[in-house]
Amino acid sequence: MNSESLSRIILTLVTFIPLAGSLLLLLIPRRDRDIKVFALVISLLSFVTSLHLPVHLHRNLAGFQFEIDKLWITSPNIHYHMGVDGVSVWLIVLTTFLTPLCVLISWTSIHERVKEFFILLLILETALIGVFTSLDLFLFYFFWEATLIPMALLIGMYGHGRRVYAAVKFFLYTMVASVFMLAAILWLYAKTGSFDFVTIQNAIRSGSVENFAAAAQWLFLGFFVAFAVKVPLFPLHTWLPDAHVEAPTAGSVLLAGVLLKMGTYGMLRFNLGLFPEQSRHNAPWIMVLALIGIIYGALVSLVQPNMKKLIAYSSVSHLGFVVLGIFSFTNAGLNGAVFVMLAHGVATGALFMLAGILYERRHTYEISDFGGLATPMPLYAAFFLFIVLASVGLPLLNGFIGEFLVLSGAFQARPIYGILGATGVIWSAGYLLWMYQRVFFGKVKHEVNKILPDLNVREKAALWPAAAMALLMGVAPILWLSSIDPAVQSALAPFAQLAAKVVGQ
Amino acid sequence: MSLLAHSLPALFAQAQAFTPPSGSEYMRILPELVLSVFGMIVMFVDPLLDENRSQKSLGTIALIGALAALASTFFTAQYPGSAFWNMVRVDGFSVFFHFLVIAIAAVVILSSYEYMAVQRIRAGEYYGLILFGTVGMCLMSSAVELVLIFIALEISSISTYVLAGFRRHEASSSESSLKYFLLGSFATAFFLYGVALMFGATGSTNIDAISHALHSGNVPVLAYVAVALMFVGLGFKVASAPFHVWTPDVYEGAPAPIVGLMSTGPKAAAFAVLLRVMFEINAPGRFWLIWVSAALSMTLGNLGALVQDNVKRLLAYSSIAHAGYLLIGFAVLRDFGTSTLGVSAAMFYTAAYAATNVGAFAVVSHFANAGEKYVTLEDYAGLGRRSPMLAATLAFFLMSLIGIPITGGFFAKFYVLSAALKADLVGLTIIGVLNSAVGAYYYLRIIVMMYMREPRGEVPVTSAPPATALAIAVCVLATLYLGVFPGRVLDLATQSASQLLRSATTIGATLPSSTGPAQ
Repeated sequence: MNSESLSRIILTLVTFIPLAGSLLLLLIPRRDRDIKVFALVISLLSFVTSLHLPVHLHRNLAGFQFEIDKLWITSPNIHYHMGVDGVSVWLIVLTTFLTPLCVLISWTSIHERVKEFFILLLILETALIGVFTSLDLFLFYFFWEATLIPMALLIGMYGHGRRVYAAVKFFLYTMVASVFMLAAILWLYAKTGSFDFVTIQNAIRSGSVENFAAAAQWLFLGFFVAFAVKVPLFPLHTWLPDAHVEAPTAGSVLLAGVLLKMGTYGMLRFNLGLFPEQSRHNAPWIMVLALIGIIYGALVSLVQPNMKKLIAYSSVSHLGFVVLGIFSFTNAGLNGAVFVMLAHGVATGALFMLAGILYERRHTYEISDFGGLATPMPLYAAFFLFIVLASVGLPLLNGFIGEFLVLSGAFQARPIYGILGATGVIWSAGYLLWMYQRVFFGKVKHEVNKILPDLNVREKAALWPAAAMALLMGVAPILWLSSIDPAVQSALAPFAQLAAKVVGQ
Repeated sequence: MSLLAHSLPALFAQAQAFTPPSGSEYMRILPELVLSVFGMIVMFVDPLLDENRSQKSLGTIALIGALAALASTFFTAQYPGSAFWNMVRVDGFSVFFHFLVIAIAAVVILSSYEYMAVQRIRAGEYYGLILFGTVGMCLMSSAVELVLIFIALEISSISTYVLAGFRRHEASSSESSLKYFLLGSFATAFFLYGVALMFGATGSTNIDAISHALHSGNVPVLAYVAVALMFVGLGFKVASAPFHVWTPDVYEGAPAPIVGLMSTGPKAAAFAVLLRVMFEINAPGRFWLIWVSAALSMTLGNLGALVQDNVKRLLAYSSIAHAGYLLIGFAVLRDFGTSTLGVSAAMFYTAAYAATNVGAFAVVSHFANAGEKYVTLEDYAGLGRRSPMLAATLAFFLMSLIGIPITGGFFAKFYVLSAALKADLVGLTIIGVLNSAVGAYYYLRIIVMMYMREPRGEVPVTSAPPATALAIAVCVLATLYLGVFPGRVLDLATQSASQLLRSATTIGATLPSSTGPAQ
């Protein structure tokens, strides 16, 4: 098959290969090893397939590419409409990149109901990719809700002690918030007769939507609440630490790595894309919340005795940067926000894998149970340090580029935002390095820790790609930014016009 | 047959000049005839068969009857028009509900096979009553004469009263039956009173004539009272608040498959009557009645369900809440287009809810085991591990009740809410949306129980016998079909809704927008 004809169906393939794999898994007999190998093959296959997207993406075009648009249901007017731009393409690749690592990291830690685990994982992957490919609001909402069930089941069935509480809290929080989005979507459909993102966007821009001015603020909030809970934006973040601490490692990796980005992606695509004026209007308080999130998340991380909770709160802090960047409406800010999404996905995903590796050996996440681990596990310590430095934002590693761009965007928007945001970088260095010191340096305090085995081949196979990616993204960010920038610029176009309007008056 | 005013005297005059109904008129009640004949066969055969071995054969006769009636519905659909002195009308609307109600009965009969054997209940009149009850429900959807509607309502109600008490040696079942009977007769009396007042107000009990009378002049106050009283009677049947208090007790005591029937069949039929009465005569003053009842049903149903520990009671409260969502579709009235949306959304909702709920109760009645011992939430702990397939299907039905995509329940809610938004019923939509979020919690409790708790040893788990498995499979497929390809069914509903409304608008004037204050 040549690449031209592949491009026409590529999004369907990328989205549904994992689902097809999970259906095949249903048929495979319950021999754990076969199931794991099969899941790995499927997830690698979908990763390789998804690479077609960035390779054949026309980087200087702004609109959606690889589009598929077929009528699904006539009444209501629902289309199977998929397409990607420079932003969503990388989020898809991030998802397919992390899933094989999740399979590897769950190899031995999941030992009962193995088949169900990998089926749920692959269904989750399809739903996550679907969120980033959908251009029909209905389809988007469909995938958005579809991520909920496998994730809640992964937490509730394979998690730790308070797993049921965490799963239910996660489910209800996000479900309740997303019904507001559904109400807003239904309103838009009732007034425009379409679920198509592009059609609705054009209708709003041309001012042909009846009663839009009165409803716009509510519609903006309807979408925003659903996304803010997913991000999670302070003060809607309380489900996140519970979900992370109880989730199995693979669940945490996908939760932090991809699920949270659904929220920020939604803000970028829908809040900015459909309601530019309301976005501008609401930006001040949203940016303040983002700043509170950055600083609050960092401060709470600083005092966490539990390693996984620390990483979870650090996500609150990092995702605050993304929101700050998005609502700065500057070119640098948006580019940075998207880059932080990707960098955080790789780095935090890797941090959760590292925490999971330790948990498999010691069955605890308490920092005080460790100390001096650099002696028995030198390679593990080296990986950990590398990822911590990437996450902290050391130049030449991936965390730096994004945060730098976000902060320069925030400075352009209002200097005080930049200054306050910059303290977040300092805090993150503080809590991560301090944790690193307590876990790895000094003498081995506990006898059991002296004989901990270092990384095995499988664990290395899961960590090397993440570390290599962290380095590559730090050294050659242009590979990513060259396709992110046109997409971001077209998202910003209405804001430039708005600004011009203000100046013209 | 171009008599405009079909008052009762006119009917008598017609009856005197007796012209026997033509063959095609009999075709228009063919499903009812088939069901009655098979019902009688069941009753005749019952004493002839050996008591211990008759269960399955009686069930099979009833099932064949239901399937034959289902097939005959297709023939009936070829003969649209009125029959029997304009008392019955076959149109897209009645065919839709015939098909739905008979299909429900067939699936319930299938899922009763195992239940009757496990509970050691003598089948006998059980299957006969299901068929006779279905006759009543079918007639309710095609009758256009209030007196006939009342009779049909009684036929279906009395069968269900008896069926609710079928677990004879259980006090709770007798309580259920008695409660249902007493309150139900009270409610049908309200309906009858409403019919009488409507006759007083308009001089007729024929829906077309009433519609004409109400449009041709001032609407008498009596008509408002009549509509309200009829709404009370029908509101009881569909278990909408504030006429819902009987539901949890009755559902808890009645045999589980019968609850599956009660919560869908008579309900669908009563909704059909409500649609005809409300929309075809363009009932005056209905807007706020329905608005309040919808809001109350959703809220009270969901709040009540939050604290239930018995799965049957929980589903009873959930059915109150769903009656509320469905009523949202009834509140939609603006112009021809949006009303069509509202009616078709309500019709789709009845179908989706029926597919889901009958399936859910089939699973519940399988798990309940002898004497319905295992129906509390605790008993469902760990079922995901012990009986993966059944637990997965129950979880699927619950997701449909929550309204999660790819299930029929999702599109049902979706159509109803988008119709409401189209008619600018923002308040009711928000109440509905918030309620569906509350609702997610208690359905989720069952899923959590099944998948995230350790199994309890003492609860026996058996695999489902073929008949039950088939019944459940039919429901899963129907729910999935409505969730993935809702287009076909919605088109059917839209066609019949526009037929229904067009006949309303051609008989009366155009729909006046003043009957429903916009919010």
